[in-house]
Amino acid sequence: MGVRALGTSAVNTWCKGCGNFAILNAVATMLEAIGEEKGGLENVVLVSGIGCHAKIVDYLNVNSFYAIHGRVAPVAEGIKLANPNLTVIGFAGDGDSYGEGLEHLVFVAKRNVDITMVIHNNRVYGLTTGQYTPTSPLGFKGKSTPRGTRELPLNPLELMLASGASFIARGYSNRMDLLKQTLREAVTHRGFALVDVLQVCVTFYNLYADYNKRVFQLDNHDPGDHEAAFRKIREWDYNSPAPIALGTLYRCEKPLFEGPPGAGKMALPIRAAKISSLLKERM
Amino acid sequence: MNELSVLIGGQAGDGINQAGLLAARLLAQLGYRIYVNYDYPSLIRGGHNFSLVRAAKSRIGVCRDRIDYLLALNQDTIEKHRAKLGSQSRLIYDSDSASAEGLGLPLKTIVKEASAPELTRNSCLIGAFARSAGIEWSVLEKVFTKDIPRELELNLKVARRGFESAEAGERLEPLGQEVLPLVSGNEACGLGLVAAGLDAYIAYPMTPSSSLLHFLAHVAEDFNITVIHPESEIAVMLMALGYAYAGRRAAVGTSGGGFCLMTEGFSLSGMAEIPIAVVVGQRPGPSTGLPTYTSQTELHFVMNAGQGEFPRFVVAPGDAEEAYYWSAIALNLSWKYQIPSIILMDKTACEGTYSFDIASAGEVPEGGAALWNGEGLYRRYLNTETGVSPLAFPPDKRAVVKVDSYEHDENGITTEDPSLTKMMQEKRARKGTHLAEEVKRYRGVRIYGERGASTALICWGSNKGVCIEAGERLGAKVVHVPLLAPFPIGQLKEALEGVRRIICIENNITGQFVRLLGCHGVTVNDNILKYDGRQFSLEELEGELAKVT
Repeated sequence: MGVRALGTSAVNTWCKGCGNFAILNAVATMLEAIGEEKGGLENVVLVSGIGCHAKIVDYLNVNSFYAIHGRVAPVAEGIKLANPNLTVIGFAGDGDSYGEGLEHLVFVAKRNVDITMVIHNNRVYGLTTGQYTPTSPLGFKGKSTPRGTRELPLNPLELMLASGASFIARGYSNRMDLLKQTLREAVTHRGFALVDVLQVCVTFYNLYADYNKRVFQLDNHDPGDHEAAFRKIREWDYNSPAPIALGTLYRCEKPLFEGPPGAGKMALPIRAAKISSLLKERM
Repeated sequence: MNELSVLIGGQAGDGINQAGLLAARLLAQLGYRIYVNYDYPSLIRGGHNFSLVRAAKSRIGVCRDRIDYLLALNQDTIEKHRAKLGSQSRLIYDSDSASAEGLGLPLKTIVKEASAPELTRNSCLIGAFARSAGIEWSVLEKVFTKDIPRELELNLKVARRGFESAEAGERLEPLGQEVLPLVSGNEACGLGLVAAGLDAYIAYPMTPSSSLLHFLAHVAEDFNITVIHPESEIAVMLMALGYAYAGRRAAVGTSGGGFCLMTEGFSLSGMAEIPIAVVVGQRPGPSTGLPTYTSQTELHFVMNAGQGEFPRFVVAPGDAEEAYYWSAIALNLSWKYQIPSIILMDKTACEGTYSFDIASAGEVPEGGAALWNGEGLYRRYLNTETGVSPLAFPPDKRAVVKVDSYEHDENGITTEDPSLTKMMQEKRARKGTHLAEEVKRYRGVRIYGERGASTALICWGSNKGVCIEAGERLGAKVVHVPLLAPFPIGQLKEALEGVRRIICIENNITGQFVRLLGCHGVTVNDNILKYDGRQFSLEELEGELAKVT
């Protein structure tokens, strides 16, 4: 399969060199593997928000729900709760889900619904042509902040840890092999998984050179150790020039928030009979 | 006895709602038709709560000002309502908490002596009321046994004390007609959704729709439905759309403020063609307004909510039977046409308790949806003659199901192409045309009162009950319009044939229904508006009608 086999009629409109290509390729590879294992991809549903990232669902011939800005998590939760057999993967931007829809991310982590969220974190609004996002560094000069932002960025992974996420990882669009591996781990994790992918926007905020110098793959790190994860997550606050850890930062097992096992809908006569008996109780 | 009204009042936390329901059930046991209005401020303890129970021989949906029994747990209740007592009316009160003429019972002392919780004071009052109203002990015992889940023996014990303290009234004979169950408008709405095959109800608490959430959560296992209370109304709506995408019938419920948050998802439902039923219980606004009171102020809001243009189905049930029937129809039609539907309730209908006759509510048909036949390439937005595209749900080995909030092609792939855009706008609009044709088969306009009269009262939503009764006494025709979109103008024009004078009655300050009627070329002669957060009483509407007729 691969991207070509999973392709659609949509013409790709991402800028040349956009970090989204790496995510698309990594996801296609992962889907290909899932398809081979399961004999098809009919159980996979992709959900996206609004922004450059969201076009990913147009480029993959897989079940999808192209949703609205900030609302990927609740849509993905609804789909998963409605049918626990589906593998639901949400794609969202940093403005999209760390900004407008942040509350949903906190709650999906708190509930531990078994979905994966892949955040295309380029730390700039691309499709609206260059404004700061919740993860832009202090002083970032965008179109809405021409003299530089006056607020520190959010560390979304620290927030996810505090919210109870059971899987937290970071990827980088320029480290493909590790990204593929991390995404696979996230999707196979039983519980809510969030992968923050440093995805470079070549047009509005090209951080390739900076990231290339600072990223490192986690080694000798026990993702089951909450304290260690906390320290690693706080090592880089999305503002300082600290080293940037890539890979799985935290993983634990937690009870899932699940939909009912699905005994199926009762037939109309049974529903009617049950309504009658409930009404008898009210006489 | 033709009818009887009982007012039970006290503070929040005194169990007034439950006491009102007990009184209502006593009367319902004798075959009376009931309407209960529960009035309470937005607080947990203190304040003044009252439950107004009216029983009559035939169906009713409104209370009267005049009361036959005032049951008071405190002085406040007596002061606030004593003017409503007639010369034959009786006052029964807690003489440990208040003083007045009438039957004073030392309720605090009685419950203390019985080692019963203070909450059982109202059981004692109900006991005294039953005896005084000529209701036999066996009826009370039966009602208590069924309705009081905890401390039944203690409740019966204090009720007996009340019963024995009161002078026996003339025996209230059973009417010899069928005993009907009592349900609130919200419960009827929930049952209607369940009848139409609801799989999931998702809601964030907000008066006056919270009791729908509580009711469905309570019966979820019995009906094999899922009930979820997520972080916000925004999440509610989007989660519900996720359910529907996966093939499950979902409904959500809220009030005006919560619906503000839902509108982006509402518009998504319109664009992505994902079915959803939305219950909106109106209360006075703007903003927080009067959270626990009533209004009809969201008519134009729900008719126009959401950016862009897309068809929708909107109904405003007038009582419990209509709440049941139209909620079911709304869910069914949202699936048949893959559109959002609105069940527009108001506090009066939501939290009012009615005698519920399911047999007269109208049969709920098995609601289908256009399902894909599995042939050829699946296109989620196949452009068909009716605009309705066959549905497939993941997982389906043969189909890739793509839905999209952007304008899209038949496969669900984003497009900005002008001819595809035009085609898709027309496809969605066509669903509205076919829906409008289909709803002609439903009774979107109902006629009551004097059919040949040249004066008609016209109303929508919960004013049905008060208008029917006032209209009948006035000799006027009464036209109630439960269907708001697609608007049943043909049926309405027929209903208004021979009418020379139209009086519109509604609970808002700007005359929202009058404006809607005006859009369809119907001119109203007089407009009776009430916007103090309270529902009309029968006497009040009669007084207003006397001014204009």
